[in-house]
Amino acid sequence: MASHLPPRPTAQQNQADAGGMAVDEHHHYGPRGLKRWLLTTNHKEIGTLYLIFSLTMFFIGGIFAMVVRAELFQPGLQLVEPEFFNQMTTMHGLIMVFGAVMPAFVGLANWMVPLQIGAPDMALPRLNNFSFWLLPVAFALLLSTLVMPGGAPNFGWTFYAPLSTTYAPPSTTFFIFSLHLAGISSILGAINIIATILNLRAPGMRMMDMPLFVWTWLITAFLLIAVMPVLAGVITMMLLDINFGTSFFNAAGGGDPVLFQHLFWFFGHPEVYIMILPAFGIVSVIIPTFARKRLFGYASMVYATASIAILSFLVWAHHMFVVGLPLVAELFFMYSTMLIAVPTGVKVFNWITTLFRGSLTFEPPMLFALAFVVLFTIGGFSGLMLAISPADFQYHDTYFVVAHFHYVLVPGAVFAIMAAVYYWLPKWTGHYPHTRLSQWHFWLSVIGVNLTFFPMHFAGLAGMPRRIPDYALQFADFNMVTSIGAFIFGASQLLFVVVVVLCVRGGEKAPAKAWDGAEDLEWTVPSPAPLHTFETPPHFEPHRH
Amino acid sequence: MTEQRTDDTRKGVRRTVARTLVALAGMFVFAFALVPLYDVFCQVTGLNGKTSNQAEALVHEDADEGRMVTMQFITRGSPGLPWALEAHTRQVRVHPGQSSEVEFTFENLGDEISVARAVPSVTPSEASLHLRKLACFCFQNQRLAPGERFEAPLVFQLTRDLPDDIQTVTLVYTLYRQDAAPSPGSGKQVQGGDA
Repeated sequence: MASHLPPRPTAQQNQADAGGMAVDEHHHYGPRGLKRWLLTTNHKEIGTLYLIFSLTMFFIGGIFAMVVRAELFQPGLQLVEPEFFNQMTTMHGLIMVFGAVMPAFVGLANWMVPLQIGAPDMALPRLNNFSFWLLPVAFALLLSTLVMPGGAPNFGWTFYAPLSTTYAPPSTTFFIFSLHLAGISSILGAINIIATILNLRAPGMRMMDMPLFVWTWLITAFLLIAVMPVLAGVITMMLLDINFGTSFFNAAGGGDPVLFQHLFWFFGHPEVYIMILPAFGIVSVIIPTFARKRLFGYASMVYATASIAILSFLVWAHHMFVVGLPLVAELFFMYSTMLIAVPTGVKVFNWITTLFRGSLTFEPPMLFALAFVVLFTIGGFSGLMLAISPADFQYHDTYFVVAHFHYVLVPGAVFAIMAAVYYWLPKWTGHYPHTRLSQWHFWLSVIGVNLTFFPMHFAGLAGMPRRIPDYALQFADFNMVTSIGAFIFGASQLLFVVVVVLCVRGGEKAPAKAWDGAEDLEWTVPSPAPLHTFETPPHFEPHRH
Repeated sequence: MTEQRTDDTRKGVRRTVARTLVALAGMFVFAFALVPLYDVFCQVTGLNGKTSNQAEALVHEDADEGRMVTMQFITRGSPGLPWALEAHTRQVRVHPGQSSEVEFTFENLGDEISVARAVPSVTPSEASLHLRKLACFCFQNQRLAPGERFEAPLVFQLTRDLPDDIQTVTLVYTLYRQDAAPSPGSGKQVQGGDA
């Protein structure tokens, strides 16, 4: 495959053009060593910290998933106690959502948003430092619950009350505190990103000139501002119920457990778009680059993203079709959910139309972006099936749901993050990632992901419930295939680490404009990007979208 | 010129931050405001199947002799409370508009005094607006000595405006302990014991 890739732009070609961006490493008088990272206010260093943190959490959450899959390899209880199994599923979900996917996107935003809009740094650099360093504290606290008496949270990542209040392990209070910290971190990150995008764009760059990654992140940041306080409110109510005798969710005291689900999903549904909108942005930047065409329908992409964000506030109860909603509500949430397929369809259409008659090449970022389009769409279709309220009564809480949201999150969000890493690694490190190894990583990941999650659809349709450590014998084959796929996928991510480490340490030198069709402002600064860029705002030439 | 620009930028950033902080505070307050809003919404629509906490007056109307509705009673205990609650009649057939009485028996099977309350829930939830309780043990806590039995009546009326498509109404009573509510830790142990 490598031989089919086009020759890369040579190092001399445009490093010279970028020479104007003074490399002023010598102005950096900051502390060295550990303190440098602890005290840094540089958006690139903080971005790197976020990405390393996210990768670490990805492996920790991944190990928990491997424990789950190892237990489910065969029916019966082999490796772990059911109580510990529940802790593993819960911690896997929490770590992956709040510790891996969200920080990865914030890290990418830190690195790339200032570079893409021609800003010297984030608008609030010190706040940026604080919002990163909250995360290691939050997740150290969350992980420490594993060794506490009574064990870690075991009520699923959705922490439904009263399972997470009346019947929860004592460590739940630590879980609440760590989620508060992670939430504050996300909120501060969102404020910073909004302030940067709205105020620090290069002169002449209008909103509708911004790269789509910037646009999708702006909308995501507004979603974060809108729903993270609701999450904070819900977990505060849990805290009060557990420790201060209130009865928000306690039926005995006049509260209502269903209220918990409404509040949680009012946060939770926009949250799933928080995890996918930046991925849309990444793919919308990568596909035009390797198709060597302008993105088809730029404006419709922006409006589709905004529509998805607005609709995300009107669909939360589709997670609750079986709690006993009145018929009118079932219908309302069914139709509003299906409506989301329209702007999402617009996006998929635009990506495909961008590819149509493009001069395609299949570099590693493009491979991941294409896999994203195909596999995310599969996840979208199973989402449509779940949106059909009468059918959902059958699918609810089965492996079909697990298959659905893993299809949108793993080959969706995670593949987009990997595509972004491969795409921008030349800019970050000055070297291209090793092509052959990247291709191995890609193909093993694609095969692993599908082997893992596709059979889950069938197990779920056949009635296998989720969050169980043991299952009926007829599900044995599906589960064995799934587990084998999971081990392949898990192991192949070690290859990803190898590629990244090799790329940081050396490899083929990348010029400023590392990819032939890349257009945005970040490709005008040298590779690797110097610590300080765009100290004087660049001249931005708006091109017609 | 650059001076001017950085000044403008600084002002812009400050304005953006101030606005987002206001939005954040607003959403946090909104999250808590949803709790009473939800209660009011449910009271008006009857959506969460809760019934009134106080005795309601009988609506004097003729029973709708042409229509029969099945009223079912289900009782449930809860972990950590060694009580039994039984309905003497599991199911009665009533005409809308007519009032009926059903006896319930509480019994403390444990060996210490405890206080609990039976919390009602109605299915389908739309029926809760049309279920009037004239007398109910669920309005107050019950306190039972070890081995003590206690009989209490439920007097209820299903009003005639009960929607036509409702043929069966289920009233569930769940016993919840009201003294020394089990702490999260002990709740966990109860659950672990079951598993």
